[in-house]
Amino acid sequence: MKIIVCIKQVPDTTEVKINKETNTLIREGVASVINPFDLYAIEEGLRLREAHGGTVTVLSMGPMQVIDSLREALSMGADEAVLLSDRAFAGADTLATAYTLSKGIEKIGSYDLIICGKQAIDGDTAQVGPELAEMLEIPHVTYVRRIHEIAGGQITVERMTEEGSEKIRFPLPGLITVVKEINEPRLPSIKGKMRAKKAEIPVWSAGDLGTDPEKTGLKGSPTWVTKVFTPEQKGGGEIFEGEVGEQVAKLVRMLRETKIV
Amino acid sequence: MSIRVIEDKCIGCRLCVKVCPLGAITVVDKKARIDLDKCDLCGACVTACEKFQAIEIIREKEAAGDLDSYQGVWVFAEQKEGMVAGVTLELLGEGRKLADQLGTTLSTVLLGSGMDQAAQELIAHGADRVYLADSPQLADFLEDPYAEVLTELCREHKPAILLMGATTIGRSLAPKLAARLRTGLTADCTGLAIDGETKNLLQTRPAFGGNLMATIICPNHRPQMATVRPRVFPPAKRDENRTGEVVRLDYSARQLLQRAELLEVLKEAGTTINLAEANIIVAGGRGLCDQKNFALIQELADLLGGAVGASRAVVDAGWIPYAHQVGQTGKTVCPKIYIACGIHGAVQHLVGMQSSELIIAINKNPEAPIFKVADYGIVGDVLEVIPALIKEIKKARGEA
Ligand SMILES: Cc1cc2nc3c(=O)[nH]c(=O)nc-3n(C[C@H](O)[C@H](O)[C@H](O)COP(=O)(O)OP(=O)(O)OC[C@H]3O[C@@H](n4cnc5c(N)ncnc54)[C@H](O)[C@@H]3O)c2cc1C
Ligand SMILES: Nc1ncnc2c1ncn2[C@@H]1O[C@H](COP(=O)(O)O)[C@@H](O)[C@H]1O
Repeated sequence: MKIIVCIKQVPDTTEVKINKETNTLIREGVASVINPFDLYAIEEGLRLREAHGGTVTVLSMGPMQVIDSLREALSMGADEAVLLSDRAFAGADTLATAYTLSKGIEKIGSYDLIICGKQAIDGDTAQVGPELAEMLEIPHVTYVRRIHEIAGGQITVERMTEEGSEKIRFPLPGLITVVKEINEPRLPSIKGKMRAKKAEIPVWSAGDLGTDPEKTGLKGSPTWVTKVFTPEQKGGGEIFEGEVGEQVAKLVRMLRETKIV
Repeated sequence: MSIRVIEDKCIGCRLCVKVCPLGAITVVDKKARIDLDKCDLCGACVTACEKFQAIEIIREKEAAGDLDSYQGVWVFAEQKEGMVAGVTLELLGEGRKLADQLGTTLSTVLLGSGMDQAAQELIAHGADRVYLADSPQLADFLEDPYAEVLTELCREHKPAILLMGATTIGRSLAPKLAARLRTGLTADCTGLAIDGETKNLLQTRPAFGGNLMATIICPNHRPQMATVRPRVFPPAKRDENRTGEVVRLDYSARQLLQRAELLEVLKEAGTTINLAEANIIVAGGRGLCDQKNFALIQELADLLGGAVGASRAVVDAGWIPYAHQVGQTGKTVCPKIYIACGIHGAVQHLVGMQSSELIIAINKNPEAPIFKVADYGIVGDVLEVIPALIKEIKKARGEA
C-alpha cells in the first residue's frame, strides 16, 4: 500500500499566552509543532504499512522551517518526506492549499490512500482534506475514528457523527481525515531520529510542480481576510460565597431566573 | 500580491507587532519590518494601523467574472432520517435577513426521500423556494450524490450565497462542493452580514482557537460559501400561512455517482452526545477524582435535560468516550449553559467552550483558570457541590 500523509506545522498552543493588555496571542518565540491531529494521521499510516506492507510518505506545504516537522515524522517511522515550499504559495487559503498539495501528490505519483488530520488547530477549518480529495477526483470520508478493513481495493471505515457513528465502505484510492480516537501516536525512536537526521528531504517549488500561478498562494485564494479583532473578553464572573448549601441555593435561584430550572 | 510598510507613515509605535498572530513583525530603526516568510497576510496589522495607515496589502485587481448573474441566498437543508436539522432552521432565520437586505429571494435545497412535509416546513420557516430532490438514492447523506445534485443546481441557478450548517455533513459536503465550483468557503462562521457598499457577504469566524475573530470575504467568486456554527443564531419563527414554491427535481430515473456505500448507522446508546445541538452541557474533569463519580455528571445532565461533556484528561483516562471531549482536539461547543465541574480550564479546553453563553464553574482551586471565563463560580469540592445542587434543583421543582 502506498500511503501519503499530509501534515501541517502549527504553533504549539501549550506555549501560547495571551497578552493581558492587548488581549492578543503572544506568539513570538513560540515553538512550532506538527498539528496534533496529523500525528494520528501519521500513526495510522504507519500501522497500515505494518499490517499491509508498503510505504508512508509525509507531505507538507509551508516555509522552509517545516523541514523540522517532516524530520519528526520520519523519526516516527515514515519512509519519505516531501516539502512544497515557494514564496508563490504564501498566503494560501484552503482552496489554494488543497490545489498545491494536489499538484505535489500528482508529482509523487501513484498512491492508494491519503490521510489528513481532522483539522489544523490554527485555522480550524477542516476543509483542506475534502477539497484535496475533490481536486484529485477521489472519494473521501471525514472524522474517521476507526479503519475496519482494507480488502479487494476497498476500505471500510467508521465516521464519527453527532449521534454516534457510520460505517462506510469506499473504493481506493481515497482520502480520509482522522480524529484523535483512532489511535495513540508513537514517540520517535532513537534509531528513527538518527535516520531522520540524515534523510534527504526534497523541496519542490512552484516551478518543479508546474503550478498555475493563478491558483496558488494569496492570488489563488478566493477568500480574503478583511479584518482581525479580539473578541470581547469576559471580565471575571461572580463567585458565590458561603457554605455549599448557600452557594447552590444562589446558583439555582439564578438558573430559575433564566428559566432553565 | 504582497504586504508592505509605508515607511514615511510608520512611526515605529509597535501596535502592529503586538497584534501580529504570527510574530512576523519587528521594529528596526523605528520602522516596522515584516518577515514575509512568517507573514500569512492575515491583515491584523493593517487593522491595528488604522490611525497611521502605514501598512497595506497590495492586491492586484482581479478580473471579477460576471458576478451580477449570481443572485439569491441559498440554504442547504440538512436532514437525517427525514428530520430537518436544527441548524437549518437557524440558517433560514439568518438567510431570510440577508435575502431581505439584498432584496432577493431565499431558497433551500432539500435532498432526501419522502420529504414533502419537510419541504412545507422549510417554507413555513421563511424559504421562498425549495429545490426538492426526492429519491431513495438520496435518503442518507453521502458525499458523491449530494455534491453532484448541488453542483448542478448551483451551475444552473447561480446563487450568490450558499450557507450550510457546520455539522459533520456540512463540513464534509461544503468543501467538496467549493472545490468543484472553485469558489471560497469560510468555515464555522459565527457572524454573517452584508457589506452595505460592495454587497459582499461578511463572514466572521473565530480563529486561533477563538482568541481572535476574523472577518472574511469572497469578493471575486460566487457563490460565497460558508458553514455556520450551530446554535449561534436563533431558529426562524414558524408561520403556517407563509407560501412558497416547491421545485421538484426528478432523480429517481437517474444514476448518481456513488462510490461510497453506507453500511450501518450506529447510534450511541443512552447518553446524548450531540454536544453541538445541546442547550445545556454538564462537563466533568479530573477533579471528579474517580470514574465512578462521573455518574454525578450524567445525573445532573439528565436532570437539566443536557448533554455530557468532558475534558481530555478524563477521556484519556478512559472514564468516558472521546465523542464527549470538549476542546481543541475534541469538539467546539456553544450551549446556552456550560457547567464545568472539576475542570481546570487549560487553554486547550477553553478554546472549545469559551463562546458558551453562560459558563458556570465548580472547582476547589480558586486560582483555576476556568474561573476567568466563568460567569458564575463555586469554589468547592465537586463531590459535595453537585449532590447539593441536584437536591436543590429537585427542591426548586417541588420534586423533593
Ligand atoms: C495538543 C493538545 C491538545 C489538547 N486538547 C484538549 C482538548 O481538546 N480538550 C481538553 O479538555 N484538553 C485538551 N488538552 C489537555 C489540556 O491541556 C488539559 O490537560 C486538560 O484539559 C486537563 O483536564 P482537567 O481540567 O479535567 O484536569 P486537571 O488539569 O487535572 O484539572 C482538574 C481540576 O479539578 C480541580 N479539582 C480537583 N479535585 C476537585 C474536587 N474534589 N472538587 C472540585 N475541583 C477539584 C483541580 O483544582 C483542577 O483545577 C490538550 C493538550 C494538548 C497538549
Ligand atoms: N499546508 C499544509 N500542508 C500539508 N497538509 C495540510 C496543510 N494544511 C492543511 N493540511 C492537511 O489538512 C488537514 C486539515 O487542515 P485545515 O483544513 O487547515 O483545518 C490537516 O490536518 C492536514 O492533514
